[in-house]
Amino acid sequence: MSKKAAEINEQIPWQELTTGCEIYEPGTSRLTMTGEWRSKIPVFHKEKCKQCLLCAPFCPDSSIPVKDGKREDFDYDHCKGCGICVTVCPFDAIEWKEVH
Amino acid sequence: MAYNLKEQLNKPERFEAGHRLCAGCGAGIVCRAMMRALEPEDKAVICNATGCLEVSSFQYPYTAWHDSYIHTAFENATATASGVEAAYNVMRRRGKIKDTFKILAIGGDGGTYDIGFQSLSGALERGHDFTYFCYDNEAYMNTGTQRSSATPRFANATTTPAGVESVGKKQTQKDLTQIVVAHGAPYVAQTTLIGTLKDFHEKAHKAIYTEGPTFVNVLTPCPRGWQYPAELLPEICKMAVETCVWPLYEVENGEYHLSYMPKKKLPVEEFMKLQGRFRHCFKPGNEWTIEAAQEYVDKQWEALLAKCN
Amino acid sequence: MSIKDRLSGNEAIATAMRQINPDVFAMFPITPSTEIPQFYAQYVADGKVDTEFICVESEHSALSACAGAEAAGCRAVTATSSAGLSYMNEMLYVVASSRLPLVLAVSNRALTGPININHDYSDSMAERDSGFIQLYAENNQEAYDNYLQAHRIAEHPDVRLPLMVCEDGFITSHALENIELEEDEAVKDFVGEYHPENYLLKSENPLAVGPYGVSGYYMEARVAQAEAMKNAKRVILEVAADFEKRFGRHYEFFESYRMEDAELAIVLMGSSAGTAKVAVDELREEGVKAGLIKVRVFRPFPGEEIVEALKNCKAVAILDKSEGFSANGGPLFAETASAAINLEKRPKMIDIVYGLGGRDFTVGHAKRVFARLAKIVETGETGPIYSHMGQRDLRKEVQ
Repeated sequence: MSKKAAEINEQIPWQELTTGCEIYEPGTSRLTMTGEWRSKIPVFHKEKCKQCLLCAPFCPDSSIPVKDGKREDFDYDHCKGCGICVTVCPFDAIEWKEVH
Repeated sequence: MAYNLKEQLNKPERFEAGHRLCAGCGAGIVCRAMMRALEPEDKAVICNATGCLEVSSFQYPYTAWHDSYIHTAFENATATASGVEAAYNVMRRRGKIKDTFKILAIGGDGGTYDIGFQSLSGALERGHDFTYFCYDNEAYMNTGTQRSSATPRFANATTTPAGVESVGKKQTQKDLTQIVVAHGAPYVAQTTLIGTLKDFHEKAHKAIYTEGPTFVNVLTPCPRGWQYPAELLPEICKMAVETCVWPLYEVENGEYHLSYMPKKKLPVEEFMKLQGRFRHCFKPGNEWTIEAAQEYVDKQWEALLAKCN
Repeated sequence: MSIKDRLSGNEAIATAMRQINPDVFAMFPITPSTEIPQFYAQYVADGKVDTEFICVESEHSALSACAGAEAAGCRAVTATSSAGLSYMNEMLYVVASSRLPLVLAVSNRALTGPININHDYSDSMAERDSGFIQLYAENNQEAYDNYLQAHRIAEHPDVRLPLMVCEDGFITSHALENIELEEDEAVKDFVGEYHPENYLLKSENPLAVGPYGVSGYYMEARVAQAEAMKNAKRVILEVAADFEKRFGRHYEFFESYRMEDAELAIVLMGSSAGTAKVAVDELREEGVKAGLIKVRVFRPFPGEEIVEALKNCKAVAILDKSEGFSANGGPLFAETASAAINLEKRPKMIDIVYGLGGRDFTVGHAKRVFARLAKIVETGETGPIYSHMGQRDLRKEVQ
């Protein structure tokens, strides 16, 4: 049975699970909103950013999207707020704020 | 081909957001960089040992991997990879697949230095075409920071706690990188997460595209286990390299090349003081631990330099 | 056309493997199964097969490599015995729950200790709850025939479970016997090609295998696996029916020998059946209504069917060739007795553990078991439910 991950949840009966709990599609973790874990939030100040891109590879959560050689705003659905990007940014373009 | 960060980051992401590694976990950075080291047209099968990465990157029904992935147990990522590689060979030979697949194995130091050491050694000796990435965070983090054979001397782990009768782990760590070299693997490297990740990328790429069993040992800080604020990861990696606690080097067909020579080798305490696991070393009366740690690092560094010259 | 030959059980299994030409064989030697990969290595060396044959550094790695290969889209096989099977223990469960339908040949051998290389079922009985289908053979012919049926059973989409083909160590694995082999092409045609729907090396989509399963999924996954084992019962009979149609030899869950009107019966497994059949024949000559059930399929356990075959008996002895240390009888007894629990009128049942570590089992032993059953019927007293036979003992053998 090639069921999609999005259709699998803790309410469906065993007959609808994939055989052997296999998954047949890429990157389904995207459906998990790990942004909810955040206790601090990075804020991107575009005007200060020189697009050096040092922040992007250091993000453990693939939450600094890069498009056409430029970083975009954070993927807040998934950013866990670790603050690594804040410390690697040489231009103070990322501010780290408390979540209220 | 010169390393270009922008080009690398333009590649489609192959390690997806939404995995359940802790905030600031180095392993997430390692996995992303490992997958970027693949040429975009090549597919991969990732064989993962049980550990933090496994429980976090494939929790049913959510996989962070864009490529095929298999986890079977703790001690056998390399044996599993051997089977996948054998399957790849025979299916190619029988004309059942046309794509190029790269076989990658990945485990923490527990699954690599310790419980997985036998299967790693066996697969290295047999010469399967795979690349093993060890994300070495120097203790068994998934079970709560118990000491491993990769834990450095004096580190406070939950099974080697510091106390009035203890200054942390008694033994120095196993030098796994050189043990892998002794197997005759065609490419072996040590790296960590610094700068633009150029060092990591070049070594990972070379390892993946060298035929035969290759090995990349990545010092991978763990904010919980090493007891430091998560955002300090880049600084800790940098200090590991600048103090020569974790020298960057590679060994190609037995020939050693130093990848980075610190302009001024910093004292080992610059690395240790950033981390709570060494806090007791800085207490009055324990100064000797820092001296002993320095002595060990100096000896290892000199021995490595002798091999690189 | 069948080909008459003389082969040991190990060579018979290796021959079946050669005819199937699996994609990957990962091996690590252990007595008495070692010959299987040795024969196979020679087939590879002689170009008779084009299997990827890898010599790994342990049984754990052998099964791990098979798991990787099977998940990658291949037919993967290995062989082992005794401590080797125990060393695979962790991976047996992983392979079964990952629903990887690989086939494992087991030349049964006692478990340590003391260390011993001879036959009993302590190795595979210790793995009876691992999720593997288990087929047992009386002789080399059955070992060969079971192996030919194994891949089709395991790989059936309603099953997708790994399978152990068991033969008795040394007694079957090393003894030369006459055998009927099938033509290579006929075997290939019967077994067919393996085409999994999803596999690691598939181009169209990736496959992720072996997740962490939170309690919201674990139970459902286990129920699915349990249902697959139930499905295996149907598939085992379907495959046996096709096997019989093509090759003429008949297989069921178990063999019933002179059971039609039997009042006294022995239930056992493997090569001991040959010995016990002689006792049954001799007792029948004397007018004793003796019969025998030889269990071929232990997992899934054909409880209902065995009980149906036993229900008109007056007394039944289950002979366990492994000691479960339950202080309450061996595994074959536990399964059989529990299957009979809801019969309105059920035979008296006793368990006798025998033959451990290669201890001889003779026609005399089997006759003494029947004598005991006759006495139970006569007196109405079951006596000790669980006892041993064949050991030197200061106590008298239970009569």
